[in-house]
Amino acid sequence: MSKYQLDYLDQLESESIHILREVAGQFERPALLFSGGKDSITLVHLALKAFRPGKFPFPLVHIDTGHNFPEALRFRDELAAQIGEKLIVRHVGDTIKLKNLTEQKGKFASRNALQTYTLLDTIEEFGFDACIGGARRDEEKARAKERIFSVRDEFGQWNPKLQRPELWNTYNGKIHKGENVRIFPISNWTELDVWNYIRRHNIELPPIYYAHEREVLEFQGQLVATSAFIQLEPTDKISVKKVRYRTVGDMTCTAAVESNAATIDDIISEIIATKTSERGETRIDDRVSEAAMEDRKKNGYF
Amino acid sequence: MDILRFITAGSVDDGKSTLIGRLLYDSKSIMIDQLEAIGRQSKNREDGEIDLALLTDGLRAEREQGITIDVAYKYFSTPKRKFIIADAPGHIQYTRNMVTGASNADLAIILIDARNGVAEQTRRHSIIASLLKIPHVVVAINKMDLVDYSHDVYNNIVIDYAEVARNLGLKDVTYIPISALNGDNIVEKSDKYPWYEGESLLHILENTEVQNDINLTDGRFPVQYVIRPQTEDLHDYRGYAGKIISGVYRKGDKVVVQPSGIESSIAAIEKDGKEIDEAFAPQSVVLHLKDDIDISRGDTIVPTGIQPNVTNELEVLLCWMDNKPLVPGNKYLLQINSRTVRSSIREIQYKLNVNTLQKEEAPDKAGLNDVVKAVIKTAAPIAWDAYAALRSNGGAILIDETSCVTVGACMIQ
Repeated sequence: MSKYQLDYLDQLESESIHILREVAGQFERPALLFSGGKDSITLVHLALKAFRPGKFPFPLVHIDTGHNFPEALRFRDELAAQIGEKLIVRHVGDTIKLKNLTEQKGKFASRNALQTYTLLDTIEEFGFDACIGGARRDEEKARAKERIFSVRDEFGQWNPKLQRPELWNTYNGKIHKGENVRIFPISNWTELDVWNYIRRHNIELPPIYYAHEREVLEFQGQLVATSAFIQLEPTDKISVKKVRYRTVGDMTCTAAVESNAATIDDIISEIIATKTSERGETRIDDRVSEAAMEDRKKNGYF
Repeated sequence: MDILRFITAGSVDDGKSTLIGRLLYDSKSIMIDQLEAIGRQSKNREDGEIDLALLTDGLRAEREQGITIDVAYKYFSTPKRKFIIADAPGHIQYTRNMVTGASNADLAIILIDARNGVAEQTRRHSIIASLLKIPHVVVAINKMDLVDYSHDVYNNIVIDYAEVARNLGLKDVTYIPISALNGDNIVEKSDKYPWYEGESLLHILENTEVQNDINLTDGRFPVQYVIRPQTEDLHDYRGYAGKIISGVYRKGDKVVVQPSGIESSIAAIEKDGKEIDEAFAPQSVVLHLKDDIDISRGDTIVPTGIQPNVTNELEVLLCWMDNKPLVPGNKYLLQINSRTVRSSIREIQYKLNVNTLQKEEAPDKAGLNDVVKAVIKTAAPIAWDAYAALRSNGGAILIDETSCVTVGACMIQ
């Protein structure tokens, strides 16, 4: 490689830093949505590179469904404190009470759909005009079509047929009052790119990404952690298995994978060898229909 | 390992989605659950076979209609390279989407149906590739299985296309016979083409040299954001954050800030909080200048030497992307890299026929997907390069201030 050549991870990093700085340059009140998952942790790491020694030009915001993994929440608080950045947490549980929302029923009753309400309320509360998120285009085929600057109307809705052309590296952040833009700086990264980047930069993650023993329920081929949020029945097959998480969402809709991966090298080897996609293996919520993600995005979901 | 960004141009009928599906499938980038999903989808169709094209059609409307409406981005890797595919629709009513997909591409795959040869849309796609200055073109002559793997058919298409490429000034053109449906010459070379001496498509994609496409001579650094911590210990810290879009920057270099023309020199270059002696495109860094001068977002820091043009009048080739027509006299925001200025369309000089490259008489107004030559006046000077000379500082977008929508793409001439 020539002296003046960047490898793929450095190119991706530079592109993402450029996008984060465009947010800082173009918006009045941006926010970075931070869950304590690997993708948003990567975003925080990129933001440190983009803005240090200055402070972030945005707070970290977490929409807490109340169903999160305690390990992820602990990590979230520790990281925010360690880097000295402001963390705003809003709770879906509060929105449910305040707005008399009806919770899903059933075995894996999920608050995934309800978090959109809290997100929109939080956007309104703080007047956020841009929300940075860690979604990637390789995750899902509706996401493959989404812009890096994705404009949402005042109801947070994505209109896939009316997306703005996005050319070169020029991002149009102009919006009307009440609208906001969802911004995806790691759009062009794949799951494996994120893991390789985490390895290269030694980025710390919550422990649940590494193999650990956990009591799980086997359900339709997926392993779901037992927790207070899941209704167990006497016929349920429960066992203790060595597992790790490939994604970290709600405990009600994120499945674990069996694994012995104790190090990041092990994880990367397992991901290279896997034959199932990230969301397919670990997200119960995408299995509903072919257009599940497209429909949720149209309703304001990330 | 580096990155190759490529666009596939062609309509569904040319087998574009099948080709992408094939590349993903044969490079083992498709996971079992995704295959099962398209298996289920395929069964909903009448023909019953697994339809690789379904992998790329992300929106419900696209799957229902069997067409690609918008640009979709797909990813796969080999040990040599990471690939980013911009899968763009090929029909004329989606020219703007193809222009969008082409804007970042290092390479274009132009698909030709071997039964039809060089068609109107082949010319259109090639013209767009040349307008957007995609450095490398691979002409994939598809459906060779339907013409009995005929060397003559292939040769005649190559001769016809060479003429198109010559007229457009396409420089790096590679030809390859394929059958996307059967996977011939996609990942491995097929023995059905003993007369074909080239490499497989994947081999071409893995080995096309793209590093030389980055201009490392003419430095351009658009300032995106000024870092000013204003804390006690960093009281005088003033860092210009941005991405080097071309060239190499070294500590101590004399620089000019455009468009103001004020001179200074580089006091320090920072990357990841550490000082470095030099930085190059496309790195994102922080520059510090020796003199305390007024610099803000939208300014460009340029090493002394060949300077960008600094004017408030531009001649552009303009692809119109909005349903509301462009009328001379209309005012828009013009955004080039981090700089946004008010502008007005002075005149339309001619319309370019994107099927024939003929210059047609200037229309009163330009409509959606029209490509016109226009003169734009800006309210403040901008620092630009000709798109043909420096792609990263020659492309601008037009934004309608009332709708906030991106309405045009300008290639500065």
